[in-house]
Amino acid sequence: MELEAAKMIGAGLAAIALAGAGVGIGIIFGHYLSGAMRNPSAAQKQFPNLLLGFALAEATGLFGLVVALIILFAF
Amino acid sequence: MAINPMHQFNIYRIGPEIKLGEVDISFTNSSLFMVISSLAILILFNLGTKKNYLIPNKIQLLAELSYGFISKMISDTAGSKAKPYFAFIFSLFMFVLFCNMIGMIPYSFTVTSHIIVTFVLAAFIFIGVTIIGFIKHGVGYLKLFVPSGVPLVLMPLIVIIEIISYLSRPVSLSVRLFANMLAGHTMMKVFGGFVISLGIVGGWLPLSFSVALTGLEILVAFLQAYVFAILTCIYLNDALNLHH
Repeated sequence: MELEAAKMIGAGLAAIALAGAGVGIGIIFGHYLSGAMRNPSAAQKQFPNLLLGFALAEATGLFGLVVALIILFAF
Repeated sequence: MAINPMHQFNIYRIGPEIKLGEVDISFTNSSLFMVISSLAILILFNLGTKKNYLIPNKIQLLAELSYGFISKMISDTAGSKAKPYFAFIFSLFMFVLFCNMIGMIPYSFTVTSHIIVTFVLAAFIFIGVTIIGFIKHGVGYLKLFVPSGVPLVLMPLIVIIEIISYLSRPVSLSVRLFANMLAGHTMMKVFGGFVISLGIVGGWLPLSFSVALTGLEILVAFLQAYVFAILTCIYLNDALNLHH
C-alpha cells in the first residue's frame, strides 16, 4: 500500500477515539440527571463536578485528534 | 475557494529578527497576543481594585467574583495549606482564560492552541509541584507512589503504574488544553468554509451550526482554563497533604 494512503486511513481510524468520548459524556450527563432527579437539593452543589467531568471526558476524545494530526503531519 | 483551516495557527514574525545564539527569539504574533492578554488582566484588576467601593461597580464586582471563585476552588480541592499558592494559581487561571477568550475574537490568534505554550506551563507546574513535595516531605514524598492497602503481590505493578501516571501528568495536562483549543478552532473554520462553499442557498444550516459552535467554544474556553487550574490544585494537594 502507498504510504500516503496508509496515513489517511490511519488518521481516519484515530477518529474512532471520539466514540469513547461520546459514551463518556453521555454517561456523565445521564448520571448527573438521574442523580439530580432523585435529590434536586444536592444538584446545584455537584454542578462544578459535572463540568469538570465533561471537560475531562471530552479531552480524552481529542487525544485521538492529536494522534491523527501526528500521523498526518509529523511523519 | 478553499481556505486551509490550519492557516489560523500560523506563527509569523512581527518586527525585526532577534537571535540569541542559535535560538530565534523574535517577537511573533503569539508573543503579541500573550502581551495583550497579560495587559488585559493587569488593566482589569487594576481598575477593579483601585477604589474599593462598599457597593461595588461592575469591574470591581468582576474582580471580586473571580477572586472568590478561585479562592473557593483552592480551599475545596487543596485545603488550607494551599493558601500561599493562591497568587500563582490565580494568575495561571487568568492567563489561560484570557488567552482562550481573546482567541475567540475573529481574526485574532489563540496562544494556547500551540502545544509548546501549554507544555511549558504544564512542565513548570509539574517541576514546581515535585520540588514542593520533596521540600515538605523529604524522601517521604516517594510514598505517593505506594498506595496503602494494596496486597504485597500487586505492589511492584502498582508502583510502576503510579510512577507512569505521575510522569504523564504534564503531557496530559498540556495536551488536554492544546487539543481542545486546536480542535475547536479548526471545527469553527471548517464550518465557516461550508457556509462559503454552499453559498446563499444552503449556507444557512452551517451558519446556524457555527453560531451554536461559537457558544460551545466559549464554554470550552472557560472550562479548559478551569480544568487546568483545578488539576494544578489537585496536584498541589498531592504534594501538600500526603496521605499515608
